[in-house]
Amino acid sequence: MGFESLRKKLVVIGNGMAAMRTVEELLKLDGALYRITVFGAEPHPNYNRIMLSCVLAGDKTVDDIVINSREWYAENGIALITGDPVVRIDRATKTVTSQSGRVEAYDQLLIATGSKPLAPPIPGLELPGVCAFRDIADVDKMLEAARTQKHAVVIGGGLLGLEAAWGLKKRGMSVALVHLMPTLMERQLDVPAGQLLQRDLDGRGIAFFTSGQTEEITGTTKAEGVRLADGRYIPADLVVLAIGIRPNIDLAKACDLQIGRGITVYDDMRTSDPDIFAVGECVEHRGQVFGLVAPLWDQAKVCATHLAGESATAFSSQALATSLKITGIDVFSAGALTAADASDDEITLRDDARGLYKKVVLRDGKLIGAVLYGDVADGHWYLQLMREKKDVSAWRERLVFGRAITEIGSNAPAGPDFSAMPDDTQICGCNGVSKGRICKTIREKNLSSLAEVRAHTKASASCGQCTSQVEGLLAFVTGGVKETKKTVCACTALSHDEVRQALVASGLKTMAAVRAALGWKTPEGCQKCRPALNYYLLCAWPGEYDDDYRSRFVNERVHANIQKDGTYSVVPRMWGGVTTAAELRAIADVADKYAIPTVKVTGGQRVDLLGVKKEDLPAVWKDLGKAGMVSGHAYAKGLRTVKTCVGSEWCRFGTQDSTGLGIKLEKMCWGSWTPHKVKLAVSGCPRNCAEATIKDLGVVCVEAGYDILVGGNGGIDVRVTDKLARVTTEEEVLEYTGAFLQMYREEAHYLERTAPWIARTGIDTVRKQLVDNPEHRRALFGRFLYSQRFSQSDPWAERVAGADAHEFTPLPALAEV
Amino acid sequence: MSSTNWLKIGTLDSIPVQGARRLCRTHLGKPVAVFRTGDDHVFALIDECPHKKGPLSEGIIAGYTVACPLHGMVIDLEDGTAVLPDEGKTETLPVSIIDGEIYLHTPEPVSGETV
Repeated sequence: MGFESLRKKLVVIGNGMAAMRTVEELLKLDGALYRITVFGAEPHPNYNRIMLSCVLAGDKTVDDIVINSREWYAENGIALITGDPVVRIDRATKTVTSQSGRVEAYDQLLIATGSKPLAPPIPGLELPGVCAFRDIADVDKMLEAARTQKHAVVIGGGLLGLEAAWGLKKRGMSVALVHLMPTLMERQLDVPAGQLLQRDLDGRGIAFFTSGQTEEITGTTKAEGVRLADGRYIPADLVVLAIGIRPNIDLAKACDLQIGRGITVYDDMRTSDPDIFAVGECVEHRGQVFGLVAPLWDQAKVCATHLAGESATAFSSQALATSLKITGIDVFSAGALTAADASDDEITLRDDARGLYKKVVLRDGKLIGAVLYGDVADGHWYLQLMREKKDVSAWRERLVFGRAITEIGSNAPAGPDFSAMPDDTQICGCNGVSKGRICKTIREKNLSSLAEVRAHTKASASCGQCTSQVEGLLAFVTGGVKETKKTVCACTALSHDEVRQALVASGLKTMAAVRAALGWKTPEGCQKCRPALNYYLLCAWPGEYDDDYRSRFVNERVHANIQKDGTYSVVPRMWGGVTTAAELRAIADVADKYAIPTVKVTGGQRVDLLGVKKEDLPAVWKDLGKAGMVSGHAYAKGLRTVKTCVGSEWCRFGTQDSTGLGIKLEKMCWGSWTPHKVKLAVSGCPRNCAEATIKDLGVVCVEAGYDILVGGNGGIDVRVTDKLARVTTEEEVLEYTGAFLQMYREEAHYLERTAPWIARTGIDTVRKQLVDNPEHRRALFGRFLYSQRFSQSDPWAERVAGADAHEFTPLPALAEV
Repeated sequence: MSSTNWLKIGTLDSIPVQGARRLCRTHLGKPVAVFRTGDDHVFALIDECPHKKGPLSEGIIAGYTVACPLHGMVIDLEDGTAVLPDEGKTETLPVSIIDGEIYLHTPEPVSGETV
């Protein structure tokens, strides 16, 4: 205890990224120097604020973006006080006071209060339904609005505003974006790039109101709309303010620290009081304030060395790069956007057909700015040239075409020169990982794959833009060639395609034979390759290969879907979405008898019984089986549902018997194992009530026959089907469907849906095999029907009859000894 | 107040090769899973993944590892630790096979509560 009192006290105001990075750096230097207390205004542990837009867009969860858990604070002996912001600093007594009245003394104080969102001076800001986009609480508000409301207006067309707009759009809201300037992101993008960005986002359904001055947020009890100065009016249930940030200097100002726009800091990150440091978005250094993460990491490092003792390190800000986190939209910008005067040199490349735009700005033979749109692969190379202030005049003509073209003919090595790259060069901007750390980790942990480097360092694990650089570094350190091939798993050096071809060509018919013949590194394989091999063998050798249930995921092994609490869900098949009073009665009886807590109608037109105990499964199936129902394979990488509309039998618009055709398709296809799940649909007319255009295979009936559509998906990346063919009879629909499924079964990689498979191979390849070559189509169809002879037995009935009984009964304890 | 307790839980044959079964009884309120590997070794672990408490007994067993069915964390059956780079540990319980019968060794009496 006496020792504890000898340690100096460090109090940290702020629990954000800059604050905790500084603490992490300090712990690395000397973990025993300070007793550390951290105050955070938010009720959460330290999280990656940059990734909030990914949480909003649904690409990540809040848990995913936590940087340091509460356990981490405890393990490092740090007292963390969340939800209780500091309200006063008393420099005379060297204490801080929190909102709840808690007083902490400090020897050294670190202020990292971050920034506040800017608000325009307009009426209506206080209305419910108006929020900023700054923290988890804001994201929660936006997600809640996205669940229950329809219209969102985002004010501000910078990075944050655009990411907010895209996230809300992805969450299903109709989104309008108001921006004061004529083009988007005008501080990072020049006019042509800003226009391209607007065009692309417009194409994704965001409505833009540029040159729009917001005058008022209207509404009486809640936000109802946004009125612009030119009279335009946009209805809104949610208004998000994202016009910018300003340093949060309230505490520093109240205790008379020197301030400008931010808290003034010197090169050692000290404020005007030598016992008080400041880092992050709240500081002003040599007239500059900060809104991007990279300089914050540098500040943290410098600050930590000075907290740890005498140090000569000094912070200096470097050229910075910006990128936008919107999937599929690649933007990069660094330095000057345009030539400042006639002596500057501006070189532009524009390729409208490919949606590409590149511009570099040169001054005195050196690169001082780059704007890239559509292809940003060379962004970090340009940034490095800027930071090195390298003379690039010899490359003037080629520079804008990117690194590969520029370095042809010059003596520079192809690819980045990793040996010349300084260790502190930041490779991964999202997670702040430097070249030095990646190399060190690869060496220390003996890493050999991109996946391992990601797992250990988090480099390229967020947005992925730096993936090729990380791969390059891996090759640089290990001396190997850059890993480009995707293998089935770590057990083999072969790809999915190579394994499939080899097992057919060499007649390998058991998993052990495949592993032996193809040089597997592990005798039993792993949880990744075993399910894949099991499927490939099943597909290649129908009727010969015995399914290995131990190589199946739990759902396919016990023929039900495991839920997060360890219970299961049961979905009986309803052919074509048609059921009867007797079936519904049996379902109701089962729900009562086994106290099944939730009965849910699924999107695939059937009924899901959720919360069934594992031991009850066989009995539930038995009762359902008595009423004539069989497994719906809702758990399988196989045929799930055939969704239908009522068609010509009832509907006044129906052109064909879509329900009847759906039932025929389902009767033909059920029980088949496929690389991933397969969903079909049949719509009776082009109004398409069965949503056939986002299914793996959809049929849309027309007066003249049937349109067959393939490769659709309604998941995270919605993909509309490609049209395969128009046919005139139901028999042809069945033949095309069987042939298509067989082609998918034989050619796709395990766990690859039809949408990515077709995106990879191209619809033309599918058309060539199925439409242009009837003989080939019939051969595929024949193989499909042959394979179905071995797969169409109800797995539930088999288990009711006693198969795999050990699965459904726990082991009794026989006796105590 | 015996500090050891041997519990006969069945024959080796009652667990499929490369399979696992959960025990009827719990250990200190937690479910117990017994695993049989491809080479007939038997391991007992608390049937909860250190990540989100997924039932390890439902995972795919390869070598001396099991992959949790919920999110795929791989656990070493011998000492219960998560395979790197994941972190975490599940408690293991000693087991013995004597004459084809599996005995579970628990430091405290196993509670009679059913799972």
